Amino acid sequence: MTVPIRIGFIPLVDCAPLVVLHEMGFAREAGLEIVLTREASWSNIRDKLAVGLYEASHLLAPMPLATNLGLAGPRAEIVAPYVLNLNGDVVGAAEPLLAALDIAPGTGPEALLDGLRTGRLGRPAVFGVPFFFSTHHYLLRYWMAAAGVDLDARVRIEVIPPPLMTDAIRAGVIDAFMVGEPWGSFAVDAGAAAIVLTGAEIWKAAPEKVLGLRREWMSDHEEEAAQLLRALLRASQWADNPVNRVTLSELLSRDAYLGLPAELLERALAGTLTLTPRGHQATIERFLVFDTGAATFPWRSQALWFLDQMSRWGHAPDTATTREVVRRTFAPEIYRAALSPVGADLPAANAKVEGALEAPTPAASRNGRMFLGPDRFCDGRVFDPETPVA
Amino acid sequence: MRIVVIDLQPDRARTIEAALGEAGIDDVVVLAQTDRLVERLAEIDPDAVLIDLESPGRDMLEQMFDLSRRVRRPVAMFVDESDAASITAAVEAGVGAYVVNGLRKERIKPILDLAVSRFNAFARLQAELEMTKAALAERKLIDRAKGILMKMKGIDEEEAYTVLRRTAMSQNRRIAEIAQSIVIAAEILN
Repeated sequence: MTVPIRIGFIPLVDCAPLVVLHEMGFAREAGLEIVLTREASWSNIRDKLAVGLYEASHLLAPMPLATNLGLAGPRAEIVAPYVLNLNGDVVGAAEPLLAALDIAPGTGPEALLDGLRTGRLGRPAVFGVPFFFSTHHYLLRYWMAAAGVDLDARVRIEVIPPPLMTDAIRAGVIDAFMVGEPWGSFAVDAGAAAIVLTGAEIWKAAPEKVLGLRREWMSDHEEEAAQLLRALLRASQWADNPVNRVTLSELLSRDAYLGLPAELLERALAGTLTLTPRGHQATIERFLVFDTGAATFPWRSQALWFLDQMSRWGHAPDTATTREVVRRTFAPEIYRAALSPVGADLPAANAKVEGALEAPTPAASRNGRMFLGPDRFCDGRVFDPETPVA
Repeated sequence: MRIVVIDLQPDRARTIEAALGEAGIDDVVVLAQTDRLVERLAEIDPDAVLIDLESPGRDMLEQMFDLSRRVRRPVAMFVDESDAASITAAVEAGVGAYVVNGLRKERIKPILDLAVSRFNAFARLQAELEMTKAALAERKLIDRAKGILMKMKGIDEEEAYTVLRRTAMSQNRRIAEIAQSIVIAAEILN
């Protein structure tokens, strides 16, 4: 008997593990029927998951934290037992901004930060992000603050849905953006912006999207949930394999998913980006990661990092209570329970010091073959999840 | 009370505007586009916003109550935790309500209920329209297939329909599907 699992997603390259789960038959083999629905907004996905119109969803990593902290949307308890991908985002700047700050396209981000810090624009620079509670929002703030930019005075953050980023640039509503692929490359190809930096250069191992489920549903469907995670792991491994890149980009290019040329999507999968309308290129190692380096493991420390950032900017308080809520949201114990029976390699710990690894480093694990990292932050600092509440 | 309705479907927006008018609310602004949404809402300064959940503008709207508490900001209807049934009904219908601070939530409930019922009625109408169109298209297809059979086999209309019906039964397919196959084949073979 097949259990139908309705999953909402937003058209981004990182919906890949969900598409692969369905299209490559991993779900069917596990006796699950997946129904994927493309949504126009993150708010919608959040609400439909909360009220039970979806059993699971593509979510921005901070979203389940925001829901469980009661910060937005209908009350529900959402669990994130699986990370769908690390990174895969870009920071892009419109030609007018680059011109105003005298930045040659194709050069690094230092000049942009300098321009922002000194306020040379004469007004706050407006940056588009896909959603308030997004990895993009917190990475952007982290990056700019680390460079000494006064965010209150020099920057304004505006929420723009990813597919509308290019229109927003053209209309002059935003000067720059941080967005998930392919929407950055889309803007470059449209001649509207240049890619200045990737999210991976801000935090090398940032959790970008997670799989969200209602705790209530998971408790009533323990076995199906476990089957789902096992099938999803196989999908993530398939998606991460360079051998499948061309097939994957073809799959994602279908109208039901992204409806964009496969070549555009392949750039993010390979980490080979065209940075400017003139054709400057760059290859970024681990630009978008689906599986390797325990990428799918929902580290509690990642959730606590988001809380730390949310509290830094006044979005949520950092207390013993909120930390507990956040610890319960990312659910490594569910990951372990589901994937241990199939012999998946599991890290020995549920949390780690974030930002400590310069290069892939062997880590204690069940099968003894695990490498973690690199996971450096742009400012070289580390985040210790054990830091006591102030 | 001033209400903004954000709906990409003008027909539906009009029915909501009319229903609000009947309920005594005349100050209604309909936005069909989401360009510069936050700016325009600041200019219009509504007491409540009804929004089609299919609109990508929803995320832009949501950010308005994520911003600093210093600024007067809208509060989503969905913040009222006690009304889970209402929330589910609204999400299922595809409409959301955002209430600006100061407007009592009890005042927005009838407005949201009204919007939910209009959205549901519109969805039913759409579904009926789709079914009617599909039925009409099928009718036309079957007529064409009958015409082709009549010409090619020199039979009358009743016999042609019998052929269609028998083939459908023996192949366990719908008559419209058989008709389509005949029409396509005739196009290719001609």
